Amino acid sequence: MAAPARISPARQRAAEQRQSLTEARIAALGDLPAAGWSAEARRDALDRLRTAGLPHGRDEYWKFTRPDSLTSAEPKPAAVFTAGDPEIFGDLDRVTLVFTDGVFDAAASDDPSLAGVTVERLAEATSDIHWARDLYGVLEAKGQTPVVRPLAALNTAFAAEGLLIHVTGKADKPLHIVYNHASETSDAILHHVIRLDEGASLTLLENGPAAARLNKVMEVDVAKGARFDHVRAQGRDHERRAATHIFARLESEAVFKSFTMTANGVMTRNECIIDFTGDDAVAHVAGAALGDGDFHHDDTVFVTHDAVNCESRQVFKKVLRNGATGVFQGKILVQPGAQKTDGYQISQSLLLDGDSQFLAKPELEIYADDVACSHGSTSGAIDETALFYLRSRGLPEPVAQNLLTLAFLAEAVQEIDDEALREAIVERLSQWLDRRLDAGHDSPGGGAEG
Amino acid sequence: MLEIKNLHAALEEEGKAILKGVDLKVNADEVHAIMGPNGSGKSTLSYVLSGRDGYEVTDGSATLDGTDLLDLEPEERAAAGLFLAFQYPVEIPGVGNMTFLRTAVNAQRKARGEAELSATDFLKVIRERAKSLQIDADMLKRPVNVGFSGGEKKRNEILQMAMLEPKMCILDETDSGLDVDAMKLVADGVNALRSEGRAFLVITHYQRLLDHIKPDVVHIMSAGRIVKSGGPELALEVETNGYAEFLVEEA
Repeated sequence: MAAPARISPARQRAAEQRQSLTEARIAALGDLPAAGWSAEARRDALDRLRTAGLPHGRDEYWKFTRPDSLTSAEPKPAAVFTAGDPEIFGDLDRVTLVFTDGVFDAAASDDPSLAGVTVERLAEATSDIHWARDLYGVLEAKGQTPVVRPLAALNTAFAAEGLLIHVTGKADKPLHIVYNHASETSDAILHHVIRLDEGASLTLLENGPAAARLNKVMEVDVAKGARFDHVRAQGRDHERRAATHIFARLESEAVFKSFTMTANGVMTRNECIIDFTGDDAVAHVAGAALGDGDFHHDDTVFVTHDAVNCESRQVFKKVLRNGATGVFQGKILVQPGAQKTDGYQISQSLLLDGDSQFLAKPELEIYADDVACSHGSTSGAIDETALFYLRSRGLPEPVAQNLLTLAFLAEAVQEIDDEALREAIVERLSQWLDRRLDAGHDSPGGGAEG
Repeated sequence: MLEIKNLHAALEEEGKAILKGVDLKVNADEVHAIMGPNGSGKSTLSYVLSGRDGYEVTDGSATLDGTDLLDLEPEERAAAGLFLAFQYPVEIPGVGNMTFLRTAVNAQRKARGEAELSATDFLKVIRERAKSLQIDADMLKRPVNVGFSGGEKKRNEILQMAMLEPKMCILDETDSGLDVDAMKLVADGVNALRSEGRAFLVITHYQRLLDHIKPDVVHIMSAGRIVKSGGPELALEVETNGYAEFLVEEA
């Protein structure tokens, strides 16, 4: 190695810290799962993890979110919380698959037979040849440039569970994955691979807290003219932690739409990495978060336009109070030649008191000259004039405030195309807001919903 | 119905006195008009009565059927039967007009200990009342006042009034920004509600709204006080001669 003496003692110490942190985590995870076709991908991912090292508080990409609790060898315990909420997707016709603390629960799951879709457990797909081999860890590896995502590499290396979903036709009902949390110390790693063939379509629903700590990766490959709709409700266990990554690759005329609703959870980092590789494709990512008390919620999005005439939209809204923190890091990268790109990005927070904060880092990086990209980020309080107007019509102040809060979130919820799903989400959001009303005042870290 | 005695109010932040002893009594079934030049305190009076933040009542009282209004929250004043049609109706993106109205109607019914209106009953009533104000289904579905024209906003105010069935209605410069046809439509809406003991306080610069909504009593307001009261002929006098002869010198 050349001139090691030039590395400052402080940097040297930081590098050593990172290495020991990474090795401690790897040691706690033990051996890589034995799996025929994915073995090579796992070894490569482990190399990526070791090369990058786990995230550190001094990393630029983790400037607003402390990674410690997501990278520690053991998870912090999280109490299991029974909300008593009605089933979020109601009686919508769907195929439901259940994971409890990150392990597939066959007894609680439906028979996964859905016309046009084959579903396999990652844990059971151990043959030497598998279609998922072309994707497993492949989109994740690609997503490590230009910014490293070591938690995703860790996931590829060590995930023993997850689903391999191959969509060959138009699924006539949604696939619904429920993530139950049963153990206070569960540390779940889930990796899903979803391949949509040309012209195929699938709606994927997800909900539940999953585990005390969750590391989840979803790789989604959307072929020409295929369409993927995704609606996710992250569970409300107050102390749960999650780091999730979605890696999506869109071929020409593909459509990708993902919406995430988050309420509570002490630590959430949701990354979404989208690559446009074919022309005329569309990707919308949206999120609505409600944070109360000890709540840290980070949306990190990276969209790369490397094709002509593609449209990307990012719409993120966060309602924060009692010291909650919201983070948004969103980037649109337009590569040379990606002409006629239409990129839009908005991140907004509604701060219900002076204790909460919203940290945003919107970025555009454009190397093509015929593009339309816009971004905006705002933080604000409830509009007093609107509040008075509603109250003057007889709405009690908290009811008026909830109505305006829902209205604030509406732009993100509108990104869900399916009306029934949209209504289910609005219904759940208003239940949560109303419950907070009935409880009067939430204690730090939540708890009013008990 | 509405009784205001020696009402004094100031801007909270600046401490600047705006209302300097307003006395006014509006009986059931009466329509009163308040006219006056800009800055005379007409709109402030409507805000103080409806409970908007930013004003401090320094003296006097205002009661509605004996209930002290000034002690109540804005929503309690609404439930007690007070309604203010805003000069500038507020746009509320994301809140559907119909949802808003239904929430408001039921909130008031709840506050008064009455049963909530079912979705079907509500729909029936609102359709009928919207129709007479030429408010179509699309306007009911759209977010409150968003993208509405000036006339649509004012008609929407009157629709809210019709749905909430208040006993004391204050109309703050409802004629501003309206053309003749729109004004007629709004006035017809108001006139349709002139019954059942309901009283109105119509605040306006100009006499022309009063051609359509005929007042029983006209008051002239200047420098925070009512300086003259009379019959409808007072409004005509203003129309001809202006406000000059009524103005009081600032102390």
